[in-house]
Amino acid sequence: MWNTLKRWYHQLGSPRYFYRFADVVLPWLWPLALIILAIGLVWGLAYAPVERYQGDSYRIIYLHVPASSGALMGYIAMGVAGLVCLVWRMKMAEVMLKALAPFGAVLAAVSLISGAIWGKPTWGTYWQWDARLTSMLILLFMYLGVMVLQSAIRDPRQAARAASLLALVGVINVVIVKYSVEWLNTLHQGATLNLFSESSINPAMKYPLLISMLGMWLLYAANVLMRARAEVLSRERRSGWVRKLVEGH
Amino acid sequence: MNPVRKQRLIVVLAVFLGLALATALAVYALRQNINLFFTPQQVVSGEAPVGTKMRVGGLVMEGSVVRDPDTLDVTFDVTDGKGTFTVHYQGILPDLFREGQGIVANGTLVSRERFEAEEVLAKHDETYMPPEVQDALEKAGHPGARKDAAGS
Repeated sequence: MWNTLKRWYHQLGSPRYFYRFADVVLPWLWPLALIILAIGLVWGLAYAPVERYQGDSYRIIYLHVPASSGALMGYIAMGVAGLVCLVWRMKMAEVMLKALAPFGAVLAAVSLISGAIWGKPTWGTYWQWDARLTSMLILLFMYLGVMVLQSAIRDPRQAARAASLLALVGVINVVIVKYSVEWLNTLHQGATLNLFSESSINPAMKYPLLISMLGMWLLYAANVLMRARAEVLSRERRSGWVRKLVEGH
Repeated sequence: MNPVRKQRLIVVLAVFLGLALATALAVYALRQNINLFFTPQQVVSGEAPVGTKMRVGGLVMEGSVVRDPDTLDVTFDVTDGKGTFTVHYQGILPDLFREGQGIVANGTLVSRERFEAEEVLAKHDETYMPPEVQDALEKAGHPGARKDAAGS
């Protein structure tokens, strides 16, 4: 098991191997992600039962929670890539760092906007400077910061090193986003889905939510693979295998 | 692991842990400002300042909502089990406002017993269930039917 993981780590650490891997996986991953997301969204938005107090307005959860969870997990992945990048100076970690940021920023923005739209009919306000909402806004800024920092420095290796520090430090904020609703008084309610205890959502509402979350994560993964593949090509443009690839077509 | 990388790993982790500790201390020290609202316990015990603008939050006490038939005036009691005070508000309450549910009110504490609200926001809990399930739970006298009143 450990040896398999180690082999994967080394193989996917090679740009050439990664390119082949992405080429095989992507044509499957895109349709799979879109189909799963569509099933989850249609089920949740059209067929799941109404909520006892919120009626139909709770249905935005099927967009809000997948987007928020994707943004948080993406940032953690970026932090891990940042650590690998700083300590092991691995090229593929630099590529991943760059590939993870844009869609993560989009998801953070979707989470904030859908949350505001949901907040108006339920809480009675679009926005409050509540710890959960504010730390989520900071998450969006961290994503944008990582992107801007990368494009501000010309040398890709230097850019990656600077950005990985920011990505790593930002992981602290992810912890604040997650636990703000438990440690502090907030307008935002606590977590509904729990990994280790029973979730406080009716199963008829939960399954479409889990499916849309899975769909959103796969969509994120497909986006990251696509961006990383393009980045590998651009970085390795002078190497023999890329030349061969381009001439071969 | 090769010594250069090992050293880099130690330095990076030390910087990360140091920053995490600094952030934790800062949040802990500033938590009174980061907390969105004062709880009824803080209002009653005198921790919340009288006469300044602030937010309070808690559960609307069962049977305490009094609406004026001619105007939009409404008063209700807010509690957290450790303290209770009355909120007066003039305006339209959010749809989710109901007895037993959580609210956050923005306004001025006039005295330890009375809060003049300019804005009332409804908090909702993390429980989602269809109306039929709620009805069934209530019919069976299941404690889950009142879950929304017990916690916020």
